[in-house]
Amino acid sequence: MNKRSTWALPYFIFLVLFVVLPLVLVVIYSFQDNSGHFTLANIGKFFSDKDSLATFALSIEVALENTALCILIGYPAAYILADKNLNRSAVTVVLFILPMWVNALMRTLATAELFTMAGVALGKGTLLFGMCYDYLPFMIYPIYNQLNKMDKSYAEAAQDLGATPGEVFRKVTLPLSMPGVWSGVMMVFMPTVSTFAISEFLTNNKIKLFGTIIQENINNSMWNYGAALSLIMLVIIGITTFLQGSDSQEDAVGGTV
Amino acid sequence: MKASRILSRIYIWVLLIVLYAPIVFIAVFSFTEAKSLGNWTGFSLDLYKNLFTGSMQNSSGLLSAVKNTLLIALIASTVATFLGTLAAVGVSRLKPRNRQVMSFLNNIPMINPDIITGVSLFLLFVFLHILQGYTTVVLAHITFCTPYVVLNVMPKLSQLNPNIYEAALDLGATPMQALRKVLVPALRPGMISGFILSFTMSLDDFAVTFFTRGTIGLDTLSTYIYADARKGGLTPELKPLMTIIFLVILVVLLIINTRKPKTTQQ
Repeated sequence: MNKRSTWALPYFIFLVLFVVLPLVLVVIYSFQDNSGHFTLANIGKFFSDKDSLATFALSIEVALENTALCILIGYPAAYILADKNLNRSAVTVVLFILPMWVNALMRTLATAELFTMAGVALGKGTLLFGMCYDYLPFMIYPIYNQLNKMDKSYAEAAQDLGATPGEVFRKVTLPLSMPGVWSGVMMVFMPTVSTFAISEFLTNNKIKLFGTIIQENINNSMWNYGAALSLIMLVIIGITTFLQGSDSQEDAVGGTV
Repeated sequence: MKASRILSRIYIWVLLIVLYAPIVFIAVFSFTEAKSLGNWTGFSLDLYKNLFTGSMQNSSGLLSAVKNTLLIALIASTVATFLGTLAAVGVSRLKPRNRQVMSFLNNIPMINPDIITGVSLFLLFVFLHILQGYTTVVLAHITFCTPYVVLNVMPKLSQLNPNIYEAALDLGATPMQALRKVLVPALRPGMISGFILSFTMSLDDFAVTFFTRGTIGLDTLSTYIYADARKGGLTPELKPLMTIIFLVILVVLLIINTRKPKTTQQ
């Protein structure tokens, strides 16, 4: 009984009960009708419903744009924060994370209100801005961590061997920071697809994202269709995780060569 | 070199100003008594007065939402810290194959967006015919918090001498004593950061709470704000409340960050 490996058992049981079983239930409910019989109607309904497909496409589009925006704005910020020559204070890093402690919904409402005051009509533009505002710290932080962990002597070696600063960045720093960018993408892309409150507030309910349809179906007791929509998201998560997994494996292999 | 330093400083400051604009906006408009967010009707401390005396429209609703938020976060992150630390110690002793299974399972709640965690747990509670309320929300929060505790404790374990626990047992300690007097002190920094992370995520959670709170009228700050905003009128007293929360966190973080150098010197 003294074997410490058994200490993992309570958490294992917990994970099976509260993580695995719920996901299995998502799959089961997706393929059932109201009375519990097997059906493909829920999945079929999604692929034949123009509105759902349009919302889905829009959500993916907004998520891609938001992720790109977060990388474009967040990468330079993370780079500056991690560079000892440009930033010496750890407090600046904390300042970027601090807003996350203020309720996200409240911040989003204030952002929407600021736009209204400035006379900007709520729509896709404000949605993207607000999304980027909410998720930027999730992009900056992993990249910053990765850059901080990085062995600076690689960049110095490249410089000594005659690389220009641009080449050092392109051929050394950027590839070595990619794992950080990937974890940032994971923390921004799928959550953007699935937000519901934030998109509702920022567009005054004009633009619906995928999360909103899931929420509406679940709240209106259409659990089976809601589960089917969740399953579609799970499949995408599975694919992106798999792609990321194979990519970082390549990175690891490349690193040992 | 100098130009790049100035440019990067400007970049960081512009970002920070944009990032803090909504928070400053809330703080400024907490000092006026207007009902809507962007309406200035002269300086007034009435909203603060209302908040503390409880003389507002739905004061019991807002105050119990604050209480629920804090209590749920406290229970969930405490349980998550114990469960996660115990699991991390166990996982570090597992065979590589089993360890891979555990780390795969542990990753799922972190990769899943909130809404999937929320919907899947909702279906679980429906399936098991469990009445949703306080307990289900706390269980759901433990589910998405514990993986981060495991992740924070694991690195501390790999720094630890693997024989130190056996040494304690050989010297006559019971497993409980060895855990309390040898393992926990070594793992404490990871446990603390795991706890803080859990607490933060629990406080800020909206989607998971939304799906697992049931229909008994349980509100946290997030669900309260959501319902309020859907109704059209945000409770004005939320503005001073958010301002106070922000200031408290700011002060706590500043204290932690200025104290850090001293503790590393010791």
